[in-house]
Amino acid sequence: MGKVKLMQGNEACVEGALYAGCRFYAGYPITPSTEIAEGCAVRMPQVGGHFIQMEDEIASCAAAIGASAAGVKSMTATSGPGFSLKQENLGYACLTEVPFVLVDVQRAGPSTGLPTSPSQGDVMQAKWGTHGDHPIIAIAPSTVEECFRLCVRAFNLSEKYRTPVIFLMDEIVGHLREGIEIPEDGELPIVNRAIPADPASAGHAYATKEGQTVPVMAPFGMGQRYNITGLIHADDGFPTNSTDIADSQVKRLIRKIDDNLDDILSWEEKDLDDADVCVVCFGGTARSVYSAVETLRNEGVKVGVFRPITVWPFPAEEMRRIAGKVKKIIVAEHNDGQMLLEVQRVTGLYDKIGFVGKVNGTVITPEEIVKAVKEG
Amino acid sequence: MSKMEIRLAGTGGQGLITGTIILAEAGIFENKFVAQSQSYGPEARGGMCKGEVIISDERIGFTKVTKPTFVMALSQLSFEKYCFGLDEDCFVLVDETIDVPKEYDHKKFMKLPILATAREKVGKMQTVNIVSVGAINKILGLCSDESIKEAVLLHVPKGTEELNLKALYEGAALVK
Repeated sequence: MGKVKLMQGNEACVEGALYAGCRFYAGYPITPSTEIAEGCAVRMPQVGGHFIQMEDEIASCAAAIGASAAGVKSMTATSGPGFSLKQENLGYACLTEVPFVLVDVQRAGPSTGLPTSPSQGDVMQAKWGTHGDHPIIAIAPSTVEECFRLCVRAFNLSEKYRTPVIFLMDEIVGHLREGIEIPEDGELPIVNRAIPADPASAGHAYATKEGQTVPVMAPFGMGQRYNITGLIHADDGFPTNSTDIADSQVKRLIRKIDDNLDDILSWEEKDLDDADVCVVCFGGTARSVYSAVETLRNEGVKVGVFRPITVWPFPAEEMRRIAGKVKKIIVAEHNDGQMLLEVQRVTGLYDKIGFVGKVNGTVITPEEIVKAVKEG
Repeated sequence: MSKMEIRLAGTGGQGLITGTIILAEAGIFENKFVAQSQSYGPEARGGMCKGEVIISDERIGFTKVTKPTFVMALSQLSFEKYCFGLDEDCFVLVDETIDVPKEYDHKKFMKLPILATAREKVGKMQTVNIVSVGAINKILGLCSDESIKEAVLLHVPKGTEELNLKALYEGAALVK
């Protein structure tokens, strides 16, 4: 481990991306994600990568996908209004199986909302914002250190499963500055997508063997002939109306994630062993919750924390296991109850689940959580 | 456990957010845990703006200032918004131009000519944040003169080093 450095969450995201091997950034700056574009503009050329400011969010998402199709790990970053615009190409990357990382530093909405204020209102958009049945991975960091480390993980998962990964930050962590120890080279694992040894003779790009869910395909331009399209396609990438192929393709995409939950899911459990109350939170909200739990524990209240780090896929089994042990669950999030819906859905419990939410652009305070826990 | 919660409030463009970043950097130099954040409006300058930094011996959960131990206000509006209802141990520093009502009886209170020092002694209004940092470090004893100098130099534009170090010195000199 190196020396402790003062760094902003957005800057740590940039450094994490570079550490993961990202060498292409296309974006259109928007508060509170702008420091990611600024950071990439400075840093990419220093490491032999490329930065491009595109004419809008749609084009920047397309550019990141194009660069990745050609084999370069790529990223784009935005906030709510831009996240809406990127949805079309996000779905395109899901179906074409082009890995890339889409950072969304959430701000208060809807629409252009409160540009400089925190929110976590894009939880459901991250899952369902692009149309059609598709898998998605969304990872939410709670500290500046996690902005670095989990960004590396976002790239690793993206490469391994050939799927877009949403790095679901929020204004609280994006604009927070705190100390971070930058990992040494080699300290964190780096995953690169599997490519065929001899692309020219590798056969069809999208072909998968029995039991295999992720195709092993060469970057575009390396000699393997294939087509890339957002239409349902055969193994050579050309469009087809085959209902059999449509069925197997969409189901394989979903199985890529669903069959590998053991590898993909991550979460944090804190003080839950003897807890009567479990507070569920993610991202920047966790900082309010940690302080509240410390206060409550000092007063003898048995309360713990369940923090999904992969917001999507949601750690459903773990949530159910905890729900069976505690008397009460409280979901705390900076929206009007989005993860709340998922907690209700996976546990099937409604009466037992309380909620602390905010949509006014201010931060949930530890006192508000303390009060909710005490009032039961 | 020692925990300082510092809030600098004023007008957008005064550089107070950078001021809190420099104080956070000083905390890092002293091997403390720090959390620096800010709130501001969509305007480029002119709106109400505040920067916050927590400096602690222990890991920091909630990252926003809830019980300030030090508040500085450089505008009338920010004085009215942030300098009332504070714990009596909180240190309040305001610019001398702030109109403080006679009945304001906060005990740990200091008025300093921060804006005038930047404008006249340093000769550049933009250094008001560094004048502030100099005064604050003197009042709070956050870190050594060398460390605060280094922290300032990390966060000011190239070519303005000399000017900003003068601002830092003049700021510290305000505190007797």
